[in-house]
Amino acid sequence: MKFIIYLSDYIIPFVFFYIISMGLVTKTNIYDEFIKGAKDGFKVVLDIMPTLIGLMVGVGVLRASGALDLLAKLLEPITGILHFPSELVPIALVKMFSSSAATSLVLDIFKQYGPDSYYGRMVSIMMSCTETIFYTMSVYFMVAGVKKTRYTLAGALTATLAGIVASVVLTNLIF
Amino acid sequence: MLNYLWGIMIIIGITVGILRGNIAEVSNATLNSSKEAVSLCVTMLGIMAMWTGLMQVAKKCGLVASFTKALRPILRYLFPDIPKDHIVNEYIASNMIANILGLGWAATPMGLMAMKELKKLNQNSNVASCDMCTFLIINISSLQLIPVNIIAYRSQYGSANPSEILGAGIIATIISTFVGVVFSMVARKSSNRRGQQ
Repeated sequence: MKFIIYLSDYIIPFVFFYIISMGLVTKTNIYDEFIKGAKDGFKVVLDIMPTLIGLMVGVGVLRASGALDLLAKLLEPITGILHFPSELVPIALVKMFSSSAATSLVLDIFKQYGPDSYYGRMVSIMMSCTETIFYTMSVYFMVAGVKKTRYTLAGALTATLAGIVASVVLTNLIF
Repeated sequence: MLNYLWGIMIIIGITVGILRGNIAEVSNATLNSSKEAVSLCVTMLGIMAMWTGLMQVAKKCGLVASFTKALRPILRYLFPDIPKDHIVNEYIASNMIANILGLGWAATPMGLMAMKELKKLNQNSNVASCDMCTFLIINISSLQLIPVNIIAYRSQYGSANPSEILGAGIIATIISTFVGVVFSMVARKSSNRRGQQ
């Protein structure tokens, strides 16, 4: 299945090639339009920069204090009943806040148990079907200036939980 | 909600840090995380400006419109409150297409534009509309079909068959997205019912 990694290398160049050639065919002022669009991108980043600083400090403090590990330990009795390995609890939790922090924890599992182990396979599937809940919600709602997020968090947690349950069941069924 | 979420993160972090004797690490984390955020933004400035620039070209030559048309029947079903030819349809469609292809970083600019437009459609209220909730729940349910990064990590750590989890990953992604869609529809219906009373 190496061709998929190979194929991914082609996606961005292909998107560029396709859009630029369509632009040339339709005689669009491609360069002027590109510059115009790029300026919009600057505005979006400047808008989210303060959000990102605040959020990353919050996550950094939680991680450095050991509060996330403590939470995983507290959850251990519950995860035992649910047949979910407590080794993967910190990853499932951190993934809700920060994708890159979760990635470093996943690499740690691969190093310790191997990617083809039970944990390795389960965490691979889990990372494929979940997203960073709190990061995505904060950035998107802060940019829109929305304070009351209603049932978004409940829905996101439900979908993520369904993904985690599916990962556990599929790992046991398929491998 | 974000007020409390962020506040609780900081308070719990510092309290636990003191109790467990990790206060030096906590102190460093506040400094390092803020620096990390800015360097991340500098990288994002380039990538985001490049992408919104390219998307502007795609928009101008009618490409996004044709992609959006292909997604339109699904969007009508998921977002019944959005006017039929509103620009936000294009943003949501491009965001979803980029997410499905695994270009998460490329999806974010379009997603943020979509949120800004949804806010205008919602009379600039600071309460989320049903469309915003649906959009974010589907986004967070993960749309990416092929997790190329996971396959790369697995191969790097000596997996005999790095892509063996692909099938299971696709099924799990479909399940989580399906649950997210069902949740959004049920929540929209019950909030509409409450609105009528």
